[in-house]
Amino acid sequence: MTRKLPIIIIVGALLVALGGGALLMRPSQTSTPSTPPTNTTQTPRAANTPGTLTPRPAASSVAPGTHLRGRSDAPVLLEEYADFQCPPCGFFHPILKKLEGEYETQLRVAFHHFPIRTMHKHAAEAARAAEAAGLQGKFWQMHDLLFEKQKEWQDAPTARPLFLTYARTLGLNLEKFTQDIDSTAISNRVLNDENSASARGVTGTPTVFLNGRELAFEEATNYNTLRALIERELAAKK
Amino acid sequence: MSAQGSDSPEERTGAHEGETQPPRISRLSALAAVLALAGLADAVYLTVEHLTGRSVRCTVTSGCSEVLGSPYAVIGGYPLALFGALAYFTAFSLAILAAFGSHRAGNFLAVLVALMFAMTLWLLYLQAFVLEAYCQYCLLSALITSLLVVIVIARRATK
Repeated sequence: MTRKLPIIIIVGALLVALGGGALLMRPSQTSTPSTPPTNTTQTPRAANTPGTLTPRPAASSVAPGTHLRGRSDAPVLLEEYADFQCPPCGFFHPILKKLEGEYETQLRVAFHHFPIRTMHKHAAEAARAAEAAGLQGKFWQMHDLLFEKQKEWQDAPTARPLFLTYARTLGLNLEKFTQDIDSTAISNRVLNDENSASARGVTGTPTVFLNGRELAFEEATNYNTLRALIERELAAKK
Repeated sequence: MSAQGSDSPEERTGAHEGETQPPRISRLSALAAVLALAGLADAVYLTVEHLTGRSVRCTVTSGCSEVLGSPYAVIGGYPLALFGALAYFTAFSLAILAAFGSHRAGNFLAVLVALMFAMTLWLLYLQAFVLEAYCQYCLLSALITSLLVVIVIARRATK
């Protein structure tokens, strides 16, 4: 037995390392009911509604100028800090779209830019492209297109021609789009979001806040878990 | 490579003919194994973060994105952390075998740790002078490798 003990320890460590790696790779599918303790979800909400138990639309706590989608009286506010070039953000996009469809009147989504310039060379330009489209009233359309076409432009040597193609697809004024995408005002708009991210302690993407509570990556990017958390928020508001 | 060598000084002093005592485990080697395991966990975390494309959250330093997103974080298309994980696992295995008395494993461990330390110095140089940014997980790995060097030297000194 003692002769085999080192081998058993080594094989055990290998299995633990591989198992741990696999667990980190795949967000848990079974943690839905127990992961977020009720107390922690209620604390930020209580902070948002001091001295009252009356439900108040969470969207009211969003800074002016924030890109919002959904009804202003929706009881659940989901805020996302994202980078258009970040693969997990692209993975999260269809999950969120599906939930927006399911909770059409109850879920409001806020989007904040957090381009990780050092890792993703086109991230800042993509953020500016969305903002430039926003000046022509098509922020969300460009937002969706950038995520849906992420694989197409993320590895392109230059992304601008593709962004122009998307702008054309959306029927934007290309001359204005080209001017706006490089404007200082647009850059500052993106920087404002980045500053807001820093102020809230956001350091990675996607970072999701649900009615003010920051979710763990595994909570946010797992459809079932996120849906359960939204349900919990809705139940708490009733 | 014997898992239960009889040439360890610690075992020589503890074993008597006719007795069935379990082999004494080298504490320094066991400590090296624990450290290598910590390094393995660190490297596995960074490998997974790299493969999933997530941006690593730096809580102590602020340069994780700069360091882990740099060209130096990838070798031949594979994340550098993956090679780190393999090195730490090998170091762990050798340390375990050495802890149970294998001299040869101890010698291999010394060579491996020397190579890892050389790589660590190179990576520290890159962080300090080329990237001018520090990643806390890389610094933790550097600390672990440095401690492994100290242990390897201490093992040699106590022989």
